[in-house]
Amino acid sequence: MSEAKRFGFVGPVGAGFLALLLVSAVAVPAANLMAPSGSALHVSTATMALAGKYLSYALLAVGLDLVWGYCGILSLGHGAFFALGGYAMGMYLMRQIGSRGVYGNPLLPDFMVFLNWTKLPWYWSGFDRLAFAAMMVVLVPGALAFVFGWFAFRSRVTGVYLSIITQAMTYALQLAFFRNDMGFGGNNGMTDFKDILGFPVQGDATRAALFSITCVALGCGYLTCRAITSSTLGKVLIAVRDAESRLRFLGYRVENYKLFVFTVSACLAGIAGALYVPQVGIINPSEFAPANSIEMVIWVAVGGRGTLVGAALGAVLVNFAKTVFTSGPLAEYWLFALGSLFVLVTLFLPKGVLGTFIALARTGAPAISSEALSPRVVAAVEETSIPSR
Amino acid sequence: MRQHARLLGLLLLVLALIGYLGPDARAAERAQLFASFATENFNEIDNAVSALAASGDEKAQTLLSALADRRLFYSPAGKQIVLKDESGKSFDALTGAALAAFPGGLKPVRINNRVRATIDAALGSLTLMAADPAKRREAAETEFKSRNATSLGTIETALAKETDPTVKRAMQEARAALVISKTDATQEERLDAVKTIRERGDQDALSLLRSVGTDAPTAVKSAADAASAAVESRLALWAIVQNAWYGLSLGSVLLLAAIGLAVTFGVMGVINMAHGEMVMLGAYTSFAIQEAMRGRGSSNIGLALALAIPAAFLVSGMAGIVIERCVIRFLYGRPLETLLATFGISLILQQAVRSGFGPTNREVDTPAFMSGAFELGGMQITLNRLAIMVFAVAVFVALQLVLRFTSFGLRTRAVTQNRRMASSMGIRTNAIDALTFGLGSGIAGLAGVALSQIDNVSPNLGQGYIIDSFLVVVFGGVGNLWGTVIGALSIGMANKFLEPFAGAVLGKIVLLVFIILFIQKRPRGLFALKGRAVEA
Repeated sequence: MSEAKRFGFVGPVGAGFLALLLVSAVAVPAANLMAPSGSALHVSTATMALAGKYLSYALLAVGLDLVWGYCGILSLGHGAFFALGGYAMGMYLMRQIGSRGVYGNPLLPDFMVFLNWTKLPWYWSGFDRLAFAAMMVVLVPGALAFVFGWFAFRSRVTGVYLSIITQAMTYALQLAFFRNDMGFGGNNGMTDFKDILGFPVQGDATRAALFSITCVALGCGYLTCRAITSSTLGKVLIAVRDAESRLRFLGYRVENYKLFVFTVSACLAGIAGALYVPQVGIINPSEFAPANSIEMVIWVAVGGRGTLVGAALGAVLVNFAKTVFTSGPLAEYWLFALGSLFVLVTLFLPKGVLGTFIALARTGAPAISSEALSPRVVAAVEETSIPSR
Repeated sequence: MRQHARLLGLLLLVLALIGYLGPDARAAERAQLFASFATENFNEIDNAVSALAASGDEKAQTLLSALADRRLFYSPAGKQIVLKDESGKSFDALTGAALAAFPGGLKPVRINNRVRATIDAALGSLTLMAADPAKRREAAETEFKSRNATSLGTIETALAKETDPTVKRAMQEARAALVISKTDATQEERLDAVKTIRERGDQDALSLLRSVGTDAPTAVKSAADAASAAVESRLALWAIVQNAWYGLSLGSVLLLAAIGLAVTFGVMGVINMAHGEMVMLGAYTSFAIQEAMRGRGSSNIGLALALAIPAAFLVSGMAGIVIERCVIRFLYGRPLETLLATFGISLILQQAVRSGFGPTNREVDTPAFMSGAFELGGMQITLNRLAIMVFAVAVFVALQLVLRFTSFGLRTRAVTQNRRMASSMGIRTNAIDALTFGLGSGIAGLAGVALSQIDNVSPNLGQGYIIDSFLVVVFGGVGNLWGTVIGALSIGMANKFLEPFAGAVLGKIVLLVFIILFIQKRPRGLFALKGRAVEA
């Protein structure tokens, strides 16, 4: 208990995580910009961009953990929210290119000139301002999640049915974004970005700033989710996960709780996507691929669902492994490794790396601290933990 | 002057040949006809080609193809025509007698582009008189499409001789296609032609009827307009029927892919994301069997396919049982974890096949009895699609019979309805689980055999069908095989009917959105199970 008091609602693991983020937000850009390129302390821009990519994935994973780990909603469509946020950012970056494109059109991006379009579609207006684009980064995925969730949760689409329709949603969006006449660059998506707020996207200083911002965003995202899960609301969410019908009988409007976290999670995914795009330099419809969204789920599973920090850890670990595998002679074995990870983690490590670690540290306590649960919910958890077969 | 005389002579000759001539006179005319090739003058050669073609002489085709290949020779002195066959033997063209040696002093008969064009047209119309009715019909079709006004005479000659009714019909249509726009034909003839074309009633007929210009007599023009309107509405009707057929065809493919999933997902409540890979394994099994048979020197593709059916069932079924025993049985009651684990398995299987068979598409041959197409009314039916439909029905019926009339089926149904009670009655639920999973996977393997006939066999084969299959099962209602049939057929139909309006991609998006909305309305599908089983 004293531990919990010392670190507030964040807890010791969370505090460590936030401290690590804060240190990286300062130290990594400093090592990139200040240390001379020969020195042992130097971090290359490419490495920093890669780390920035992992951290934006981590933000997505934290949001995904909020819905899956705490509320039991397995979304196989979070890639869609991520990609929508990325596209909103991409649209801003495309407008920033201005007349420096191949065709030199001051208003229209190259792909529109190529399609013989003469004026900017209405939904592209406003994206020349970062503030507007940033608003859309949150609003568009949030609105989609709200509408989708409002329909789905109200009609009590649960479990695997929900997973399948979220998958269908991202698949439909993928097909839609492949179409040239949607006005989002079709197959090729958007790339060749030049400036962000007047700073060159490829520049070291810009990269460093983006990295720091990503660290801060991840920290804020974590704090938001942590604030939600450690509140009374968070306890209700866990109850939704463990005994939805019972909670409904007790008079809770389960669908409202679900809708809230689903929307919050989608907004976080959108922000993650927006941070991802300038650091990677491209956004295209393959981000919507259903397989991507399932892969995101495994990051959370590897790190440990219901721990938030574990989700971030899992995202970084899995993507680091992916980089190592796919850039070397082991490329052929990456899918074997990823596939085995899915199987082994679900079979032998259901709490994930961090969850198992915490459980070991507390010698047998459940991954989610039981003191956070009210007696009522604990009873519900115990009730349903009898195998349903 | 001499040339004109010769032309006149040729014309007379043609007329004479159409009428009756005594054998001697005919032989003489024939000799003269052949001799007319013995010249340097392109105009004369051109005329000779037309005359020979119109004569309907039995040697005409051999002679003309020899001429086209520059294998025809003449002696300037003796007017003898010699042709070489492809192997280089020489013959006297007139008598057909083989020559011991190639005579000296012969010159090849020259051709230029104009003559070559005449030869091509002549050869085309000559096929109208070929011995094989199928060839005659094909030639008539070609004539119908090419609308070469000069072949009218040949068509009429052929028509007069024709006895086969279908070929006769085709020739009449070819003739009508020429007569319809022939300005010097009588009005009755042209109206008759319009009628014939109208009866044909396909896209070609439509464009032909539309091509009747305003310079035609009013009666002909209005008849053509009426006819084209009639053909248009007929075509529109057939387009609907054809779309329905495509929809059925797609539906049967979806049914094959989804029915195994309906068993594992519906009956057992297990999400098998590796189902698509079971389909892929089936397709690769048929590829492997075909290759193995080819390696042993047998090229009986039909037999290979027949062997592939049980083999694919066994391979995929065994794979399914292994997956169930090694992974899924530890995850019962945790459907979301099952989903993730089986997705992992699907990645492993995809990569294993990619490493084993290579990442490229593999070709599985289609046996002769399944290739080709036939026309039924105004629509085209491809035999492989038809075979897959029949196969889908057979698989579905077999599955229903197994579930309904065998002891295994009885046990499966018992376990589905009430696992604990079934267990109390002495049913080994573990074994039933494994076998049911094997059955569902085996059926996926069968789907793979069918898909190998119409799709690329590649490691990603299953990925293309998995989302659709899930939607079919969810749409039709979980735990209900008939629902899967209805789901597959309606999704297949909807897809094909949306395509013409919205395009393939947009149609698919519309369908996905519709299904997402539909699931909101009926979360348990079209035919939901009722009662306590739902809540379990």
